[in-house]
Amino acid sequence: MSFSNLDTLYRQVIMDHYKHPRNRGVLDNSDLIVEMNNPSCGDRIMLHLHVADGEIKDVKFEGEGCSISMASASMMTQAVKGKKVSDALSISSYFSKMMIGEEVDVGNLDLADIQALQGVSKFPARIRCATLAWEALEKGVNHNDKS
Amino acid sequence: MDVRSVREQFPILHQQVNGHDLVYLDSTATSQKPLPVLEAVDEYYRKHNSNVHRGVHTLGTRATDLYEGAREKVRAHINAKSTAEIIFTRGTTASLNLVAQSYARQNLKEGDEIVITPMEHHSNIIPWQQAAKFTGATLTYLPLQEDGTISLEDVKQTITTNTKIVAITHVSNVLGTINPIKEIAKIAHEHGAVIVVDGAQAAPHSQIDVQDLDCDFYAFSGHKMCAPTGIGVLYGKQELLENMEPIEFGGEMIDFVYSHDATWKDLPWKFEGGTPIIAGAIGLGAAIDFLNEIGMEQIEAYENKLISYALERLSEIEGLTIYGPKERAALITFNLDSIHPHDVSTVLDSQGIAIRAGHHCAQPLMKWLDVVATARASFYLYNTKEEVDRLVDGLIKTKEYFRHVI
Ligand SMILES: Cc1ncc(COP(=O)(O)O)c(C=O)c1O
Repeated sequence: MSFSNLDTLYRQVIMDHYKHPRNRGVLDNSDLIVEMNNPSCGDRIMLHLHVADGEIKDVKFEGEGCSISMASASMMTQAVKGKKVSDALSISSYFSKMMIGEEVDVGNLDLADIQALQGVSKFPARIRCATLAWEALEKGVNHNDKS
Repeated sequence: MDVRSVREQFPILHQQVNGHDLVYLDSTATSQKPLPVLEAVDEYYRKHNSNVHRGVHTLGTRATDLYEGAREKVRAHINAKSTAEIIFTRGTTASLNLVAQSYARQNLKEGDEIVITPMEHHSNIIPWQQAAKFTGATLTYLPLQEDGTISLEDVKQTITTNTKIVAITHVSNVLGTINPIKEIAKIAHEHGAVIVVDGAQAAPHSQIDVQDLDCDFYAFSGHKMCAPTGIGVLYGKQELLENMEPIEFGGEMIDFVYSHDATWKDLPWKFEGGTPIIAGAIGLGAAIDFLNEIGMEQIEAYENKLISYALERLSEIEGLTIYGPKERAALITFNLDSIHPHDVSTVLDSQGIAIRAGHHCAQPLMKWLDVVATARASFYLYNTKEEVDRLVDGLIKTKEYFRHVI
């Protein structure tokens, strides 16, 4: 039996992030901790952010969930760490569009590994898994904006 | 029971999903619908649609007869004494909320206890949390045995004279545990408490006799027993229902209305405010006829054989953990190695096999099992041994797939 359609979802880069998550853990100097869960399935993420001078100085995550949700969280932290908040939000909106199968131009922003998640758009039941970490990021930086 | 001819009655089963014959193993979430149910609903809308208990025209009379006829079918099916005891609701959740918002708020006070179990579905936990907050009563949990069953010794220890309500599921939608309702009802009654039973997972699979169980309230959903979504039942003993206030007010449930006050209709209508779920009730009546034509005992016997086979076959898979007791209803909740249930479900789906993954609306139970989520395969009268084999093959392939990519 061929699993070629599954291979577009479970790309090697994704499984690598799942097995060896980047930026997993807690931040001692986090000024913001955002908890998000997906009540329909139990995936959960705690995002620790250190934001200063309009820049995401540091970011880490904890949580539990499926390969897609955990890999997406790992890739997200990798992509936004050290970026300006405005750039991180641009990447986030790029990511949302990618999930509904839209192409967008992000200029010369460095997307790290996140394009590997493109295949998720072909598995509607799993999109929510991939977007959880990004929702946490947006909630975090928007909250930070207001305070 | 001839499963081939049963399957012919379910058009949805005969399709390909992701290039494979569909194997539907998620009937615990909702069952599929047979032709007689689809036809009954269709015929109602084509020929008889009209509002009930209003107007004096012919269609109105036909619709009312069909709706009330469905109520009689439910009454006979669960052996209630009278149709006054059969309230149509939106489903199990609505039925349990009715008891919690009406009976519990009226009868509980500080110092009283509501006893539930850790294996309840959220719909049999949260209404009681709310009732406890509202009245000052306390919510107490019965302990579970290691295998996910309840011991009557613990029931005797936990239920006291302060206990006013015992709310418990007949069959667990996660563990498959079948609880000894009749015995628990007896203990509850000895202490002056009422027993509220969540029958969502029992009514579809076995013959329910509310008088034999001697339960005070029994709630179930049509959509898990071959009927459409949006229809459910609350059975309640008449003397209890008589003394309960409605929770929804408006048309259909009133007798006389004055400028500043109103009186209620008799049972069961005083609990059915607004235009009821007419087509849903008719569909439920047709589903009950369909199930009875096959025979609940035949269905139960068939499912018992199927679940024994499934347990045996699934136990062959190395790295597969099965939760719940040996003696169980027709469902298996499991985890496969350290592969997250979502990932298991996606790989099975790519082979046309539909199972459920997640916490199954039972977060406290997931905590008790010490897992974040689980996968669940559930069976109904239309599933076959060949489908169990497809599931086993699918799980083995899932393991292989993740051995390569992880
Ligand atoms: C044991 C149990 N109780 C209650 C419910 C809730 O039923 P409904 O969503 O039809 O109200 C379910 C449905 O999953 C269930 O399995």
